[in-house]
Amino acid sequence: MTKNSELTANKGFDIGEQQIELLEKLCNATAVSGDEHEVRQIVLAEIKSFADEIEVDALGNVLAKRFGSGENRVRVMLAAHMDEIGFMIVKKHDDNLFQFERVGGIDERQLPGKAVLVGRDHLAGVIGAKPIHMTTADERMKKIPVDALRIDLGPEIGDKVKPGDRATFATRFKLHGPSILAKALDDRFGVSMLIELLKHPPANIDLLTAFTVQEEVGLRGARVAAYKFNPDMAIAVDSTPAYDLPHWDEEDENVQYNTHLDAGPAIYVMDRATIADRRLVNLFTRAAEAEGIPYQYRQPGGGGTDAGVIHKTRAGIPSISVSVPSRYAHSAIGLARIEDWENTLRLLHAALSRVTPDLLAGERRG
Amino acid sequence: MKSIIKQLVETPGPSGFEHEIRDVIRDAVADSADEVRVDALGSLIARKGTKTEEGLRVMISAHIDEIGLMVTHVDENGFLRFTNIGGINPLTCYGGRVLFMDGTRGVIGMDSIERGKTPKLTDLFIDVGATDKDNCPVGVGDVCGFERPFLDLGKRMVAKSMDDRIAAAIAIEVLKRLESTPHEIHFVFSTQEEVGLRGATTAAYGVDPDLGFAIDVTRSGDTPRFSPKMATALGDGPAIKVRDSSFIADPRLVKWMIKTAEESGIPYQLEVLEAGGTDGRAIQLTRGGAPAGCVSIACRYIHSPSEMVDSDDVENAVELLVKLLSEPIILD
Amino acid sequence: MNDLVDLLKKMLTAPGLSGFESPIREIIREAWQPLTDELSVSKIGSLHGFKEGQGVSPRKRVLISAHMDAIGMMVTHIQDGFIRITEIGGIDHRILPGQPVVVHGREDLPGVVVQPPGFLLPDSVSDGPVEMKYLLVDVGLPPEEVLEKVRIGDTVSYAQEPLELTGEALAGHTLDNRVSVAATTLCLEALQNRNHNWDVWAVASAQEEETLGGALTSPFEIRPDIAIVIDVCFAKGPGSSDWQSLPFGEGVGLGYGPNIHPALFDAFEKKAKALEIPYHRDLMPKMSGTDAMAVQIVAEGIPCAVLGIPLRYMHTPVETVSLKDIRRAGRLMAAFIADLDDTTLDKINWEE
Repeated sequence: MTKNSELTANKGFDIGEQQIELLEKLCNATAVSGDEHEVRQIVLAEIKSFADEIEVDALGNVLAKRFGSGENRVRVMLAAHMDEIGFMIVKKHDDNLFQFERVGGIDERQLPGKAVLVGRDHLAGVIGAKPIHMTTADERMKKIPVDALRIDLGPEIGDKVKPGDRATFATRFKLHGPSILAKALDDRFGVSMLIELLKHPPANIDLLTAFTVQEEVGLRGARVAAYKFNPDMAIAVDSTPAYDLPHWDEEDENVQYNTHLDAGPAIYVMDRATIADRRLVNLFTRAAEAEGIPYQYRQPGGGGTDAGVIHKTRAGIPSISVSVPSRYAHSAIGLARIEDWENTLRLLHAALSRVTPDLLAGERRG
Repeated sequence: MKSIIKQLVETPGPSGFEHEIRDVIRDAVADSADEVRVDALGSLIARKGTKTEEGLRVMISAHIDEIGLMVTHVDENGFLRFTNIGGINPLTCYGGRVLFMDGTRGVIGMDSIERGKTPKLTDLFIDVGATDKDNCPVGVGDVCGFERPFLDLGKRMVAKSMDDRIAAAIAIEVLKRLESTPHEIHFVFSTQEEVGLRGATTAAYGVDPDLGFAIDVTRSGDTPRFSPKMATALGDGPAIKVRDSSFIADPRLVKWMIKTAEESGIPYQLEVLEAGGTDGRAIQLTRGGAPAGCVSIACRYIHSPSEMVDSDDVENAVELLVKLLSEPIILD
Repeated sequence: MNDLVDLLKKMLTAPGLSGFESPIREIIREAWQPLTDELSVSKIGSLHGFKEGQGVSPRKRVLISAHMDAIGMMVTHIQDGFIRITEIGGIDHRILPGQPVVVHGREDLPGVVVQPPGFLLPDSVSDGPVEMKYLLVDVGLPPEEVLEKVRIGDTVSYAQEPLELTGEALAGHTLDNRVSVAATTLCLEALQNRNHNWDVWAVASAQEEETLGGALTSPFEIRPDIAIVIDVCFAKGPGSSDWQSLPFGEGVGLGYGPNIHPALFDAFEKKAKALEIPYHRDLMPKMSGTDAMAVQIVAEGIPCAVLGIPLRYMHTPVETVSLKDIRRAGRLMAAFIADLDDTTLDKINWEE
């Protein structure tokens, strides 16, 4: 119990009003892969008085270093991606309606009947769908293809929107009881936590934070960031789906839940892109147990994070991912718990504080 | 060579969990290598020779990981659901036996599915004989490989993980037999090939070779109704790879390999593999690039628990590699 | 104007499939010899043409990447003198039956791709399009001679001769991407008579169609400050009339999307407007499908621009381009490069 109260006495690991305001700002910002400007500006403003060195690289990654104190410091890279899934306008039709393409993985069944915001000025638009009165039962059993959908910004949109502009769902951030409802929790959660850690870093390490771009279209920013930093180890901080809903057949168990809400930060053992270095899995597990932080293992299987490219960079970098569980990722409204977010931040700090040169001195074994 | 092959194929070590097989190989090369190190992703790199004026820095890559399974869920009755590590065909699973890294053994069972349907991995489960969640010795994140004993049929040999332990055996033997070489050779026993050539990618960056070869198995087109038609066959000699689905071997290197084989009277066959990738790609695309090729062993039933190779092909592969590495390599 | 056609036709006489680029490399080397200060070949066969800039040392570097490799086929099996094939690069098998090809065996053998009659095929394909694994190549020689002259792994290329069509259009195989190599050559020619501050590295890259190998490895060695990737893009035509396709013969494509640095897009757009070179925005919401996918993420990252030459019927033996667009691309690149100076990199930022 002493450990927990020590923890709350430490600044920066509680989620308070300041943190929530920042997350709201981040989630409401538009930053589709390749056009991360809005989030990048927020990040730069937040970290400028806390980082020792800041650079924006050729792809638009924000690379910020904060040096620790003491000898033989381990150089730890943290990566969180600034980009979100969204759309690009590809054609203006004669009726002033806009055809669009998806950027990043979005199930097309999530699109009809949604509100969107287009361009740097966040112009309001809608993705309509045919009135039900004009459909047949057969038709309603088929998906509406993306190239048949249109974004409608009203008849006098004129030249304010053109092909090439990006768009996102229009969802606005909201708190409700223990939950957060917002878009882009993947990965504004990660971005917010990296900012907190830069503000209140563990003193024993050199913190190399990469606010990466283009994760959703192939983990591209992280690759060059890792090459530049060449760290001793890396942690990707992301948000991962919780598919913890009931099976339609009550008799059947949901065995592919990936993670559960309320069960704490999700530590990755294996996803499709990375087999985590066990030494880092153990680091996080032990830190969680020592500090009484709830945690879960993300079910091994699919998906990937920035760690997927980081660990294969140069001659290899021991890596792991840790994520906040969130329902309905890559749709208009994600849902997560404030407490899971807070516990993830606490766990990150707890684990980072326990990093020593001995951690990776031996061979990787499993 | 059969005893080292047996030891290698029977040691568990799916991608990411290669520590045991690495220990076996480390012992096997201790006396023949000049220097041994382990890199960040766990690949074992054994150096032999120093570069002379007419020599090159050469990387040889044989991957030591095998395909396997990782537990994703333990249900109330102690049955385990799993995901794949590397390419697993559900058809090869049902009734198979598995060996976990901690020694626990089990059987792969299957949900009752519709007649005539092919099972998916999610229709399968592992039964280790537990009766409920609490007395189950393994949990989420634990890893197993298939378990089958090595089978010596004389000319042919059968085992699980001939892909790619047969290559590790070949590399170990080449290291032993190589008396002199103008090259600085880095024998990379690479990890995590089955999940995307990851170990070879980082090892190649670290070694920074002038040139390299992978050693791997390739499909053999000599079984009934094999499609698409493939000209490789067991017993026709080590295969000199022209291409696979991950890279195109440097034609100058292929030419040199053919020349060496012909001049030394070593039988060989040419290989075009339409579906399957190897560490050769990782060598070819590292840093500023490096000419890469591959010596392949024709293999039947790849990624099943009973992969079959020909022992003369294996012996000839060793001879070919020893020949290739004993002399200057001239590309034109 | 005939020079361009001659250059292209010359480049189309050589095969040079992905991984086997030697023949085309030699032709490009000859063309670039008088236009560059130094020529070298990368470890995996890309051609590097270095032209020194006139600025004060240390000079910045711009890399031009135009892939020189071609798609084609490879011998997988020989049966009774008939040859079975697989693809190198992406080929729609529906365009293959009846195609004239060359089998590059111990000598070059003319042949034709053959669709066997239905009764010799499995039921699943006897009526519909026949997949490549069931097609055959007939070189018209007795089986023993075929076995002497042809081997597993030999390459097979399209044999279609280039055709000059009306309106300065040219049709043939492998215009993807020899037209870009031609445009790069025109750019190097234009730079003979202009000052350029920066060093120029013209790269005829290898293996784009298979592994993007050249695009991954050459920039690692050269470490340019910016890169221009030039490739073909889709031109409007039958079956390809939607937003991904640009009008035929009416200007170059300027790539726009995550693969392209927006400041470079802006710089190229500005230049095109200033010179009244027609262009169209070529939207690439995710990836560009060009060398830029690799170049952008080499080492610490390289800002890229993507130029496109609109082309119809991509990856068939009758690809069609407008010579006007090739010239436009060459001109635009030369003008852009001539403008590069000490202030350029400051403007390539993310502060927009």
